[in-house]
Amino acid sequence: MAKIIVVTSGKGGVGKTTSSAAISTGLALAGHKTVVIDFDVGLRNLDLIMGCERRVVYDFVNVINKEATLKQALIKDKRTDNLFILPASQTRDKDALTIDGVQAVLNELKEDFDFIICDSPAGIEQGAQMALYFADEAIVVTNPEVSSVRDSDRILGILQSKSLRAEQGKPVKEHLLLTRYNPLRVESAEMLSVADVEEILAIPLLGVIPESEAVLKASNQGQPVILDLEANAGQAYSDAVRRLLGETIEHRFLEAEKKGFFKRLLGGK
Amino acid sequence: MGIFDYLKKKEKPRTAAMAKERLQIIVAHERRKRTEPDYLPMMQQEIIQVIRKYVSIADDQVSVQLESSDDCSVLELNVTLPES
Repeated sequence: MAKIIVVTSGKGGVGKTTSSAAISTGLALAGHKTVVIDFDVGLRNLDLIMGCERRVVYDFVNVINKEATLKQALIKDKRTDNLFILPASQTRDKDALTIDGVQAVLNELKEDFDFIICDSPAGIEQGAQMALYFADEAIVVTNPEVSSVRDSDRILGILQSKSLRAEQGKPVKEHLLLTRYNPLRVESAEMLSVADVEEILAIPLLGVIPESEAVLKASNQGQPVILDLEANAGQAYSDAVRRLLGETIEHRFLEAEKKGFFKRLLGGK
Repeated sequence: MGIFDYLKKKEKPRTAAMAKERLQIIVAHERRKRTEPDYLPMMQQEIIQVIRKYVSIADDQVSVQLESSDDCSVLELNVTLPES
């Protein structure tokens, strides 16, 4: 039975698409047949992050409107087996996603896939509500920053009241993914710590992704950052995927790397 | 950071605690709002109308809050009367 997981946050720019790309790639690498859907109608970007922007022919809305079949619209990832991308439409209005349309597409995908990852748009409008409505689990992407934490709490409220599962009395399983975490700034008490955010949002922690130059490098190249095995951020995403699959792994990169005396003296990074 | 930054670094404001405190307050407030019944704002207005029959008060001098615990809910009504 396929599992539907929404990647959501309320606030924009916190790393939903980066996380959707990384996590879906990680699940596919672990051998699970995975599809990642861009729900951001009008502001398609998952294709760029996944590096398949020039291979988009048909999109999600075309499939809903039966202008194309699912087979025609799904893009097979070139690097990772078992991974497919369903891009968002670039031109249509936001109301192009209807509950019935989305449900029909998800039902068809469920027959073929193990995981369906829904990359939500920012905000709490139609697109965001459609992305989370059918979810079994939710990954709430949060930055250690006041507006992001507040918006995450708002989205949690919506998950708990306006999702299909909430309506049926079986709550959506919630996960906290803390991104752009800077241990150095946490140590000097300039940034909310993991414990602070966990205490406020009160949902289980899936992973902590350190702020990393590798993320921009990866998006420049159109390559999900989880494929960067050298980078802390890539490794942190790999850990998060394993936890999502049920493993228990200790959290890494929560503390600042200790710099040597000379490095400190000379101001090396 | 180099030796010069180190000298001028000393006192950085520790703002994380402020962020946490502000968030705890606003999030608790918004959660309460989320779970309160739809009729509450309307009821608050009507309560104000009734009080106004007797004393002149401003809207913000009445606060109505619904506190829910496991087995009961308490409607808390706070009215600040002007000094006569």
